[in-house]
Amino acid sequence: MAADRSNENNSISARVGTSYPPGQGEGSPEGRRPLRSLLIRGAIAAPLVLGAAIAFATKSAERMVYDTDGEAITLEAGHPSLAKWRLPDVPMPENNVSTPERVELGKKLFFDPRLSRDGNMSCASCHSPMFGWSDALPTGRGFRSELLGRATPTVVNTAYNPIQMWDGRKATLEEQAMGPMEASSEMNMDLARLFKWLNDTPGYKAAFQRAYPGEAIDHRTLSKAIAAYERTIISNNSPFDRWVAGDHNALNARQVRGFEVFIDPKKGNCSVCHSGANFTDNGFHNLGLPSWGDPNPDMGRFAQKPLPKMKGAFKTPTVREAAATAPYFHDGSAATLEQLVDHYNRGGVVTTNLSPNMKKLDLSAEEKAALVEFMKALSSPQTAVELPTLPN
Amino acid sequence: MNAVFKTFALASFLVMFAAGAHAGETVVSQKNKDFSQKSLKIKVGDSIAFRNDDPFFHNVFSLSDAASFDLGSYAQGQSKSVTFKKAGTVEIECSIHPNMKMVVEVQ
Ligand code: HEC
Ligand code: HEC
Ligand SMILES: [Cu+2]
Repeated sequence: MAADRSNENNSISARVGTSYPPGQGEGSPEGRRPLRSLLIRGAIAAPLVLGAAIAFATKSAERMVYDTDGEAITLEAGHPSLAKWRLPDVPMPENNVSTPERVELGKKLFFDPRLSRDGNMSCASCHSPMFGWSDALPTGRGFRSELLGRATPTVVNTAYNPIQMWDGRKATLEEQAMGPMEASSEMNMDLARLFKWLNDTPGYKAAFQRAYPGEAIDHRTLSKAIAAYERTIISNNSPFDRWVAGDHNALNARQVRGFEVFIDPKKGNCSVCHSGANFTDNGFHNLGLPSWGDPNPDMGRFAQKPLPKMKGAFKTPTVREAAATAPYFHDGSAATLEQLVDHYNRGGVVTTNLSPNMKKLDLSAEEKAALVEFMKALSSPQTAVELPTLPN
Repeated sequence: MNAVFKTFALASFLVMFAAGAHAGETVVSQKNKDFSQKSLKIKVGDSIAFRNDDPFFHNVFSLSDAASFDLGSYAQGQSKSVTFKKAGTVEIECSIHPNMKMVVEVQ
């Protein structure tokens, strides 16, 4: 059995040998050895290979790939080279360190429709835990169902990002929180009325007092409480996280292959933008989406930074929980993960001002399927979200 | 033949030397999505060569009053140079990765 296993590993090493950077390919000792032993043993072992492949299909094979950072990554559960995919603890600003009281207050506010003009729309109307903290719509629906120009992004793991919104116009969760209440196209709230009402509602008055003793109920404490709650909306226990931590059974062989495609610059090249443990470079790229060809397209980041390359560029979102947040892209143009992968495989549709990191990929059907399976392994087990009772 | 070769070698050495001695050119590397220097003091007329040492694209731009430029985006190993002609504080960023920032004091 042990001999079969090494043979199986060798055959895989020989295959991925072609993805070494120039100068480290088949000619190197690492590249040649497995190939030679494969040839010698091939004749004897051939009938066994299929059996071995099935036997080890559930176990991740040990193999290496150079990733989009040019680093050698060993595709083995718990391997030290996977360290950059370990999510750290949730960062918090010094002036708003989370406490149970702050989180509890923030949760009430997040789910409270009375924070909107018509009293019928909360943050959770669009960022719903039932749809991966998004809304399952191509682009959002705002005040009295007004059609919004952009898709609702998930709020999962936004706590890790130093920049918010598709065009990066907000930096922190605290900075972002008042926006939807003020926006006439969204919750459209009269803020003077809102703060008067919060101050006149004994339940809220007490909850604010417990969360931020001695501080006024104003846009500062309201934003802080909502941000504290958002910092609990975290995905860090996906099969991928468990595999990175060392659980060999957390990913199947196809998902490991999908991860390999994701990080290999000669395959999916995905991690060139979806980098690190939260799968984002917090950067801006034009992906050549179909809507970029519209007569008056959304200029994206360009509105914030008037530089030519930023025309039609949008912020890289996380890929975590993607399986739960269809449809995809800021224009909602990809209905499924398969369609999304096809977009990348084509290298974009409307290619004016396309990001130089986008290119035609020529992935095989199996590689595309593996990519999708890998992305599905980025969802943490669903936990029930208990709705808060709202103060009066 | 040998003499020609020697002369050529000497000449190219001088050219390289001259380039190296050119009124203060500093090389700033873009590596691991960061500028290798966060702040830098230079003199009016000095230049900075921005070299991309990451295996993906970066950009270099500034919209500061003392210097406004956009070097576009370029790949690993490429380098583009800017000469600073005015005194003042220049904030330099990468438009692709807004976390990449540095400040140049031109004196
Ligand atoms: C009407 C739907 C709607 C409501 C209500 C709404 N949002 Fe959003 N949210 C959006 C849309 C659409 C965007 C993206 C807009 C853009 O980038 O221009 C967004 C973006 C965000 C982001 C940035 C996420 C990222 O990855 O960049 C956060 C955080 C967020 N909303 C939190 C909230 C909070 C907190 C509330 C309640 C106070 C709220 N939202 C209410 C639709 C909504
Ligand atoms: C050039 C940078 C870049 C590359 C390469 C890239 N992405 Fe993206 N990705 C982005 C940006 C930017 C967006 C959002 C773009 C938009 O909506 O305009 C995005 C969106 C996504 C989304 C949708 C998230 C959502 O909530 O809508 C997924 C999933 C995704 N990418 C997966 C991938 C996969 C898989 C690959 C490799 C095949 C890949 N990406 C390659 C930058 C990139
Ligand atoms: Cu950059």
